[in-house]
Amino acid sequence: MTQPRVLVIGGGLAGLSATMRLAELGVHVDLVSLVPVKRSHSVCAQGGINSVNAVTRQQGDNEWKHFDDTVYGGDFLQHQPPVKEMAEWAPRIIDLMDRLGVPFNRTPEGFRDQRRFGGTLYKRTSFAGATTGQQLLYALDEQVRRWEGEGRVKKWEFWDFLEPVVDDDGRCIGAVCQDMVTMKFKAFSADAVILASGGCGLLYGRSTMSMICTGSAVSRAYKAGVKYGNAEFIQVHPTAVPGADKLRLMSESARGEGGRVWVPRKPQDARDPKDIPVDERYYFLEERYPEYGNLVPRDIATREIFDICTTDGLSVEKDRLCVYLDLTHIPRETLDRKLGGILEIYEKFQGVDPRNAPMKIFPAVHYSMGGLWVDYEKNENGGLVEGSPRNQQTNIQGLYAIGECDYQYHGANRLGANSLLSCIFSGLFCASGVIAGGKKNTRDETSPDFIAAVKKQEEIHQAILSRPAGESNPYDIHRQLGDIMTRTATVVRRNDQLTQAYDDVCQLENVWQHCSLSDTGNWTNQNVVFTKAVGDMFPLAKLMLKGALLRDECRGAHYKPDFSMPGIEATEPVEQRAEAERWCDRFEANTKKWLKSTIGVHGNDGHPVITYEDVDTTLIPPRPRLYGLVGGEVIEQVWKERTEKATETATVG
Amino acid sequence: MITASTLLNSETIAEHEQSPQEIRVRVLRQDAPGEESYWQQFAIPYEPNMNVISVLQRIAAISKAQDGRKVAPVAWDCACLEEICGSCAMLINGRVRMACSSLVDNLFKETPGEIELRPLTKFPVVRDLSVDRERIFHSLQRVKAWVPVDDSYDHGPGPRISPEEQEDAYPLTTCISCGCCMEACPQFNKIEVVQREEESDEELESRKQSAYDQQFLGPHAISQAVRFNSHPTGSMNADERMQSLTGQGGIQMCGNAQNCVAVCPKSIPLTRSIARAGRAATVWAIKKFFDR
Repeated sequence: MTQPRVLVIGGGLAGLSATMRLAELGVHVDLVSLVPVKRSHSVCAQGGINSVNAVTRQQGDNEWKHFDDTVYGGDFLQHQPPVKEMAEWAPRIIDLMDRLGVPFNRTPEGFRDQRRFGGTLYKRTSFAGATTGQQLLYALDEQVRRWEGEGRVKKWEFWDFLEPVVDDDGRCIGAVCQDMVTMKFKAFSADAVILASGGCGLLYGRSTMSMICTGSAVSRAYKAGVKYGNAEFIQVHPTAVPGADKLRLMSESARGEGGRVWVPRKPQDARDPKDIPVDERYYFLEERYPEYGNLVPRDIATREIFDICTTDGLSVEKDRLCVYLDLTHIPRETLDRKLGGILEIYEKFQGVDPRNAPMKIFPAVHYSMGGLWVDYEKNENGGLVEGSPRNQQTNIQGLYAIGECDYQYHGANRLGANSLLSCIFSGLFCASGVIAGGKKNTRDETSPDFIAAVKKQEEIHQAILSRPAGESNPYDIHRQLGDIMTRTATVVRRNDQLTQAYDDVCQLENVWQHCSLSDTGNWTNQNVVFTKAVGDMFPLAKLMLKGALLRDECRGAHYKPDFSMPGIEATEPVEQRAEAERWCDRFEANTKKWLKSTIGVHGNDGHPVITYEDVDTTLIPPRPRLYGLVGGEVIEQVWKERTEKATETATVG
Repeated sequence: MITASTLLNSETIAEHEQSPQEIRVRVLRQDAPGEESYWQQFAIPYEPNMNVISVLQRIAAISKAQDGRKVAPVAWDCACLEEICGSCAMLINGRVRMACSSLVDNLFKETPGEIELRPLTKFPVVRDLSVDRERIFHSLQRVKAWVPVDDSYDHGPGPRISPEEQEDAYPLTTCISCGCCMEACPQFNKIEVVQREEESDEELESRKQSAYDQQFLGPHAISQAVRFNSHPTGSMNADERMQSLTGQGGIQMCGNAQNCVAVCPKSIPLTRSIARAGRAATVWAIKKFFDR
C-alpha cells in the first residue's frame, strides 16, 4: 500500500500542527506556503493562549466556563460543539506546547505563569514574554523540520495556491500551485487538501496583519464553490499603533498586565501626560465597565475608544485619533520580563519608550471571525466525534479548512488569546478525520484532470501578463479598496454606506480587469502575484459588504447604530422593569431572526448568494450580552426570571 | 467632522523643519541568478514616518526610474513589517539590517536625502533584493534544533523550569532567522549552487544540501544548539548536536570577530552562546577521548 498523501496550504500554527500530527500518523505531507513557514503571520501573535489551568480550576473555573466565556464573548454566533471540544482540549494543548519547549513564563516555583485576558475574570492565559505566537510557531516549525529530515514532509516555500482540483464526483483530489521564483505551475495530487491559509486583513489595505494575509487562497476556494460563513464579522483590535505601511498590534496583554486606557478630561490637553493629575484623567473603560475594566471584550473596547475620540471629541491629539495606553505605573523590571517584545516594537517604530511615557494607540483591523464553512460531527456529550471525516471538512469532500480561515470557533467576536488555541486545536484535531475520510486518490499529476487544471491557470496567468498597458496599477487599486473597506465595514456600519461601498467595489473590480502590470517577465514576478491576489480580494470584499448590509442588527463586532439596543433610560423601578421586559422581548425577537450564520456562495455572475444557517446553541442557551449596559442588572434579573419560568414549564410539560 | 475614515489617516503630519522634498534611492538590482547586477536610481516624495518598506512600496507603485524610464518593480521579501518574521534583511546604507525597522528619518542622519539598498552578499540573489536563505534553515536541521518528543499525544506538562532558566532560554528563542549574523560574519561565505544543464530540481537540491553541509553553520544555529542542549528534554540528544557542532563547518570555524552580536536585530547574546558552545565542545571532546 502506498503512503497516503495530504496537501497542506499554509504553514502557520494551524497548518504546522496539522502537518506534525499527520506526519506522526504516517502520512506524507506536501506543505505549501507563500513564505518560509517560520515567517508565517502567527509570529505576530503576542499575548498568549488560553486554557483552564491548575490555579483557575481551584478558583472555580472549568472547561465549561472557558467554553461559556467564548460563546458569550462571541455573542452566541458559533456552533457550540466545536467550541466545547476546543475548551476541553485546551489544557492538553498547552501541556503539549510546553513539552515541545515553548519558553512559557514561569512562576518562582517553576510552574507556568498565567495572566488575565479580555472577556474573562480568570487568569487563563499562558504566555512566553509578549511573543507567544512566535514561540508557539517556532516549536511547531521545529517539529515539522524534524519530520522533514525524515522525509515525511516536503515543504514548498514561496509557492502560491491557485485552485483546488475537484473531480467529476465533486471530490477534491489536489490543487494547482505556482512557484513564485521560477513562475512554474505544478499540480499536486493528494488524498485530501487542507487549507490553513489564515486571515484576509489586506482587504482593508493596512491592518495588523502581515503582507501575506491577502485572503487569496480562501477566495480561490470560495470561487471554486466552497461556502463561506459569517464574512461580515471582522475584528477590529482596540489597540494598535498607526504606521504608514501597517498598523502594528499592541497586544491585549499590555492591559492584561495592568495597562490602563485613558484620555485627558480636557480635550487635547497639551500637557505632558505625566503632568496631568489623576482626577483630570478619564479612565473611561474602568469607569464604564467596573467589572471587566480595561479587559472588556475587544469589540466593546474598540467601540469605546472609537467613540471617545469621534463622538466625545476627547482624542489625545487634534489631527489624529488616539488614546493613551499607559504602562508607566508598572515597574520596569516587570514590563521587560512580561511585555518586552511589544514594548520594543513601540520603541523601535515610534521612537518613544513606553516604560516612560504612555503609548498612543487606536483600533485597527485584526482578525476575521468568518471564514470557509466547515462541518463537524457532534457526539452524545455535545462535543465532537474524534476521527470523524466531517470535522473541519468544507462542503467539497476531501477539502478541509482550519485556523483563521475557517468560520467555526469565534462567532461574532473573538476573545483574546483564543486564536492561537483554535489554530492549534483545529490543526491537531482534524488530522485523524482527514485520514479516515481520505479516499485513495489513484490519479497522479499526469491525469487529465490535473493537466486541464494546470492549463487553465497558465492561460489565466498569460492573459494577465499580456494585458495592454492601462492607466491604473494594482497597488493603487489595492489602496482604494482598503480605503472603501476601512471607511464602511469596520467599527460602525450604516446601510447607505454599505450599499454605496458595494457599488464602488464592483466598479473597482472592473478597473482591476484593465489594470496594467509593470513587470511582464517570468522570473520572481512579484507584480503578477500581487495583481492576482488583489483581483481575488473582490469576491471576498463583496461578500463582507453584502453580509454586513443584510444583517440588520448588532452582534459582536458587527455594529449598526440604526439597529442598536440601548440600555434602560427609566429611573423608577417599575418603569425600569417594564422597559427591561420590552428589552427582553426585543432581544428574543432579534435572536429568533438573526442568530444565524451568514452563508455565502460565489454566484456565477460574480455576486455572492447569501442564505442563513441555524446555529447549534443546544448546550448554552443564548442570553443578552450585557457588559456595561446601563440598567444591565435589571435586564439580567428579568431575563433570569424568564429562563427559570421557561425551564419550569419545560419540566412540568 | 471626524469620521471612520480617520482610521486611515491617523498619522500626524509631523512638522519636520528641514525635511527633504524627496528621497533618492539607489538600488543594486539583478534580474536573475547569474545575471550582471546594475544600479538603478529612484526618486519618491518624502513623507514623515516612513520606513524602507514603505519606500519600496512607493517604488513598486510608480515603477519608474528617476530618469522616467518604466522599469519593473524592485523585488524584495517582506511579511510582518514589525521585525518578527525575519523576511526583510538587506544592506541599507551598507549595513545589514531589517527594512521594516529602518526608519527613513534615522537613515537621513547617516546620508541626508539618500538611501542605498543592496541585497545580502552571503546568499545567492534570486532577484534584486530577494535572496535565497534556505541555508539558514538547513543549519537548523544540521544541529537538530528541536525537542525530541515521543509524539504529540497527551503526556501531561513539560518539565518544571525555573524562572532563571526560562529567562536564559527566552532570548535565544527569539531568533527570527533573518540572516543578519551570517551576513556580518567574516567566516561565513557565500555558497551559490547553479543548476546544471539537464539537472533535475531534486538533483540540484541534494547538491545544494551537501554543499551547505561542508560549510559553516552560522552563529544562529550554534545558539540554537546551545538553547536545546540546555533544555531538560532537548538535552537528551545533546550528543548528536555536539557532533554537528564539532564536525565540519562547526564551531571551530568561528574566528571570534563578534560581528554577529553587533548586528543582531533582536540583540540575541550570540557570542555568549558561542562561548558556551565552545566550552561544551571542549568538555565533550575530552569525554569522548576517554570514552574510547
